[in-house]
Amino acid sequence: MEIAVCVKRVPLVGSTFILTDDAMAIDTSRIGATLSPHEENAVEAAVRLIEVHGGSITLFSVGSAQAEEQLREQLAIGADRAVLIETEGTEIDSQATAAVLAQAIDQDTTDFDLVLLGTESADSGGYQTGIRIAHALGRPVVTNVKGLDITDNKATCERAVGAIREVYEVQLPAVISVLDGLNIPRYPSVPGRIKARKKPVDRLSIAIPEPTTIRTSLRVPQSADKGAINLGSGQQGAKALVEVFKQIGVM
Amino acid sequence: MILVYADHDRGVIEPLTFQALTFARDIDPDVHAVLIGGSSAGLNASTAAAELGEYGAHVVHVAGLSDYSDYAPLAAARALVALLGSTGAQALIAASSPRGNEVLAHVAAITDRPFVADCYSIAIGAPHKIVRARWAGNLHEEVDVNAEAADVLIATVFPHSTEATTAPADGAITDFTAAVSQDDLAVQVINRVGASTGGVTLPEAKVIISGGRGMGGPDGFGILESIAAALGGTVGCTRVVTSAGWRPHSEQVGQTGTKVAPDLYLACGISGATQHLAGCKNSKTLVAINTDPDATIMNHADYIIVGDVNQVLPMVLQEIQAAKS
Repeated sequence: MEIAVCVKRVPLVGSTFILTDDAMAIDTSRIGATLSPHEENAVEAAVRLIEVHGGSITLFSVGSAQAEEQLREQLAIGADRAVLIETEGTEIDSQATAAVLAQAIDQDTTDFDLVLLGTESADSGGYQTGIRIAHALGRPVVTNVKGLDITDNKATCERAVGAIREVYEVQLPAVISVLDGLNIPRYPSVPGRIKARKKPVDRLSIAIPEPTTIRTSLRVPQSADKGAINLGSGQQGAKALVEVFKQIGVM
Repeated sequence: MILVYADHDRGVIEPLTFQALTFARDIDPDVHAVLIGGSSAGLNASTAAAELGEYGAHVVHVAGLSDYSDYAPLAAARALVALLGSTGAQALIAASSPRGNEVLAHVAAITDRPFVADCYSIAIGAPHKIVRARWAGNLHEEVDVNAEAADVLIATVFPHSTEATTAPADGAITDFTAAVSQDDLAVQVINRVGASTGGVTLPEAKVIISGGRGMGGPDGFGILESIAAALGGTVGCTRVVTSAGWRPHSEQVGQTGTKVAPDLYLACGISGATQHLAGCKNSKTLVAINTDPDATIMNHADYIIVGDVNQVLPMVLQEIQAAKS
């Protein structure tokens, strides 16, 4: 089984956001980067599928040259090679990202049975890249997937709705966008990291379409200190908390 | 006129749809809603249309599609594309629910238009001026959307950013149909598994007792379950907890889990990473128990207890039981 996994490098944000002076981006000078969370699950799912069905995994990413760091990390987990479509540092909109990824997947020498990615990215949260890629490639797409099984070229996908799970079935080749909770991603092993150094990260140049959605500014919404009421500690705090429960009508 | 896609599951309308209708009325009072799927998809059109009318839908377009026996995103999108063509709507709006985002992204892909998810405000114009969520609402982004590319603006409304208010309108049903191929129905709900255990689910819970890394391990959650049971609520947790395998992902509150808005959110041993706050900051009352008075969660809480959860929580349970007896 040949699997393409689309991944995105995003800033590793902790408890606060600090913006650049022009308010057009997150100031990343003092923070690291990571893989957009749902995509960790996409790579893990691909590795598990290859363990059962054989085949190979190719990573695709649109982003800065530094995205190689995240690609190497995922190569260490078990992907075989990576293709990086470098942008000039500027982030491109969802429509353009999907167009570029679809073209890269389409023109690759490998015919992919499955394209995996996150349902939405942690930063832009556009909820559309997988669906647009599917339309561009003429393939079916299932999104929000939290359970995945592939047998005889047919993918059975589960998606959580409240307490129950909806089941979808789709013939490969297909695009499947996943969510955190699909699996628990593994950490790269030391031998994995050593092997990853020798795995290819190819640079691919694709013309970026004109953007249709243009950022004019970013801001951190005001969620000022609520001035929390300290209920005290120990037994006294516990008593005061129960009084709050009564006040707000949950008891 | 603005068309609002009404997300429903076998006739039960997703509550966020009422927020989307309220939001749409602010852009243009001439709001129409659209329901996809007839009685074979469990939809009672007149009941659903009456509900949508309550929230300002003057007209409710109901698509009866052949073989549409359950939710099928691409088929729903095909029907919406046909309806956009015949009604001349200036915008297509939906709730930012899994189905709302999915169906509208399909419409955008089919018609090669932009799709703007998670909006807080929309001013139609040239360009369209939109404020939307990034990082699940931890950042607000102002964007200009090209009005030629987005001759029909396709967008979803950030959950709980607009309070649903009623504005009774006719909700007059207009039936329509659209050509849907078997390929459009290839991705369709074919089954539902894991029937409800009868417990309260996170999105509907009025009380959520949530634990983070500070609970120390899977065993630490026993006390949270007891308190949740005593208050008729349910247990939540952070991403750290699900990634460690302490609790199932279905309990995760946050950007990559469930976004909730309960009456009470009790955050125990949770530091308050943005990933987590994105899921719980709409709680009506947020109480945090943490050993660290400077933890980020303390700035977002209405009430705090500075202390060790292992000592405080058993006392809280004891006090609840004492108050009840």
